Parts: sequence; C-alpha cells; structure tokens
Amino acid sequence: MKQMVEKRIEILGTTVLDLLLGLGGFTNYTMKTIFWTFKPPYRWKLLFDQIYFIGNKSIFIIFLTSSFTGAVFAFQIYVGMKVINADSFIGPIVTIALAKELAPVLTGLVVAGRCGAAMAAQIGSMKVTEQIDALEVMGINSYQYLAVPRILGATLSLPLLSGIFLLIGYGGAWLIGTQVIQIDDAIFSSKISDFMDLGMVAEGLIKAAVFGYLIGIIGTFHGFSVTGGAEGVGKGTNLAVVWGMITVLVVDFFLTSFLTKIL
Amino acid sequence: MTNDQCSIEFKHVTKKFGAATVLDDVNFGIKKDKITTVLGFSGAGKTTLMKHILGLTMPTSGDVVVLGTAINHIGELELREFRRNFGMVFQYAALFDFLTSFENVAFPLREFTKMSEEQITDKVMGLLVSVGISKEAAYRLPSELSGGMRKRVGLARGLALDPHIMLYDEPTSGLDPITTHMVYDLMRETHYNNVHNGFTSVIISHDIHATLKYSDEIVFMENGHVVEHLDVESFKKSENPVIRRFLEL
Repeated sequence: MKQMVEKRIEILGTTVLDLLLGLGGFTNYTMKTIFWTFKPPYRWKLLFDQIYFIGNKSIFIIFLTSSFTGAVFAFQIYVGMKVINADSFIGPIVTIALAKELAPVLTGLVVAGRCGAAMAAQIGSMKVTEQIDALEVMGINSYQYLAVPRILGATLSLPLLSGIFLLIGYGGAWLIGTQVIQIDDAIFSSKISDFMDLGMVAEGLIKAAVFGYLIGIIGTFHGFSVTGGAEGVGKGTNLAVVWGMITVLVVDFFLTSFLTKIL
Repeated sequence: MTNDQCSIEFKHVTKKFGAATVLDDVNFGIKKDKITTVLGFSGAGKTTLMKHILGLTMPTSGDVVVLGTAINHIGELELREFRRNFGMVFQYAALFDFLTSFENVAFPLREFTKMSEEQITDKVMGLLVSVGISKEAAYRLPSELSGGMRKRVGLARGLALDPHIMLYDEPTSGLDPITTHMVYDLMRETHYNNVHNGFTSVIISHDIHATLKYSDEIVFMENGHVVEHLDVESFKKSENPVIRRFLEL
C-alpha cells in the first residue's frame, strides 16, 4: 500500500515537473521570438512568402468551410425560428455568429490543422537534418529566420482569412435564406444592419489575429522541439495541431469574455 | 607552442552535462595552416569539442580561444558575427532542402555581403566548378543529388564567405570508398589552395585510414580526454594501447 502511494506521488511529481519544464521552455521560446522580431535584419521576403503560404494557399479550404457553414447555419436557424415565426431574423443571427465566433474560430481551427502542422513539420525536419545547425553556424539566428516570419505571417493572415470567411459565409447564408427559404432579400439584409455594428466585426478580427499568433508560436515551438528522426517530426506535427486547436478553443472563451466588455 | 601558431586553443576546458563529464580538462591547440583530425571512438567527445569551437556549446570551466578571441566570453550577437570565420561541412551536408545547389551556395553571400547578383553568380559558379559540380547540377535540389555531390555542394557553401577555419563533421560518413577519397582529395586541395591565408582545417572523424592519408596532425580523444596530439608519422608509431587498437582496425 505504502509503495503504491509512493509510486503515485512519484508519477504526480514527474508529471508536474514535466509540465513546468514544458511551460518554462515555451515561455523562454516566446520571449526569444519576441526579442528577435524587433532585431534587424527584417526579412520581408520571408514574411511575404509566409503570408502567401498561410493566407493565399488557405483560401480554397476557407471558401469551402465558410460557404457550407453559412448555408448549414442558415438552415438550422430557420428550423428553430420558424416555430416562433421569426425566420426573418436568420440574416442577423447568422451574420453576428459568423462575425463574432464562427469566422475566427473555424478559420483558426482550419489554419491550425493546415499551417500549424506544416510549420512544425518543416522546422522539425530541418532540425533533424542539421539544417538549423547550418543556419546557426553561419551566424543566422534560426528563431529569427524560421520562426518570426511564420508567426508574423500567421498573425497577419488570420484576420484576412477570417474576413473572407465572414463574407463567403454570409454569401452561403444569403443563398439559402433568399433562394431556398424564400426570405425577401431586402428583409434579410436590412435586419443585419439593424443588429450588427463594427465592434462585432472588430471582435472577430482581433480574435483571429490572436489565434494566428498562437498557432504560429505553437507550430514553430513544436518544430524546434523535435528530437530524433522521422518519428520525432511526426510527433511534433501532431502536437502542433492538437495544441493549436485546443488553444484556439480555450483562448476564444477568455477573449470573448474580455472583448465583449471593451467593444 | 605559441599563441601565434594556433588558430584554436582549448585552455583547460571541462564540459559537464548534469553529472556526466563530456570534456575533462582538455588542453591543446590546433595549428594554423594544418589539417588536424580529431579522432576517437563514438562518445569520446569529438562532436562536443567541435561545438565548443563554434561557440554552440559553452564550457563549464576553461576557455576556448579561436583566432585570438575567447569565444566563451563574448556576447551572443558578437559570437554570431564571429562565426563567419568558420566554414562547415556537416555529416549529411545539411543543405537547405528548399533551395537548389546554386542557391545553397549563394545563401551566405546574399545574407552577409553586399555583392550584386552578377557577382554572386560568378562566385557561386566558380565555387561549384571548383568542387566538381556541373552547371546542370547547380540548379538541382539537394534531394536530386547523390551523397557525394551533396557533400561537395556543402563544401562550396562552407567556402563561400572565405572562412579562416574549415570544419568537417564526419565528412565521408555514408559514402562509398571511392567517393570518400574523392571528397578527402577535394578537402586537401581546398586546404592547400587557401593555406596562404592562415587557413585551418579541422576534421572530426573515426575513419582511421583516410585520416592517416590526408591529415597533418591527429588529436586522439577518449572519454572526454585528449589522449594524444601528434603529427601523422608519430601517431603511427604511438605505443598507446588504445591508439594501437584503433590503428589495427
């Protein structure tokens, strides 16, 4: 019995210690990336390459996700609202939900899956093949060269993608609302301007920027943390996606609480 | 040996990782103009020694003096500048896999010099030709090159900034015997083409036969200690039992 208790305490101690070490490593990494963000040289080409990769190359999947999300959400709201004869509110409800929650969160989840994984895999495979050592030996800071453009690229791209998500999602909802459910186009649109304001759009865009930063920092951190060979790269990639998605969902809750008070 | 004769000096360097002592009071100098090979069994501390030369790892005690600068006493930014004195060929070349051979060699020039694209092209093609890489291969990605070609591109990249010290980490690992000797010939040729500038070559290896053929001096390590530091002829005659065992392999 005593042995079992000791074993449990040991496991608990090891887990807490690992957690604290991980947290310490992540905090240290975050501070370093912040430091190197403001140090010259500023590599604009690498930043634009990342914006192109994270932003432009994600447009198709964002288009697909947003159009169906808007359309399905409009249908679901219609089913509920029809009961109380308030189906003309589909437009504002869908648009507000898209602007404040669905666009930034779903964009965050899609980008965490697509780009967070790519960041971890690219940096991780560079690490196991000594390419990062090669950068360091040349006197180039690998955080500045590899992490900073990816983090900034994600921070700048996510609000743009979230904006696109909102517009296309609205389009999907409009199509279902006006063409399938047969709500008058003028009613569908005018209700939106009655209930929505710019603060709601700003809330979504701010959230998206924060998610972009977090996805970038988590993806690159797990890339730099890779050890071993191909298995290590796979593990790092997996962790980047899982933690990226969890972080988006958890941080969304706290951001919502904070932003609804100030906006 | 005076300081002027050495480009790299280890002054009573000890390195500990937790309870493990990886380098134990290492005290020796690597001469300018020479090809020095650091030889030893796996786990002897060779790679840690090389990381100390590059300032990628700092000693627990003692000093590492490179080209007259104690690199464990300078700041990070200064150290990064200082690393431009080194060229390095990695065990598996470590070419950037998203860049062609040409771009890999041009990379340090674009990062650290103000050379025009025309000048960069001339220099890069000159370097690639000097290591036996054709124009056609220059525009291939590393994944499209053989192991020997990758090493040669790695050598060209290492030489791009005209370094004072060239480091080779297991440069022929994974290569067939003929390519191994081709790479060593190239390394020796590179060394003696640059030697008038006080050029120093340091090779980390456990390939005893190539080492005896191509090195000027040998530093033999075992369990974090420098067991012997001799010229090749004296090394061959060493009575040290560990070295004898190594020589008889």
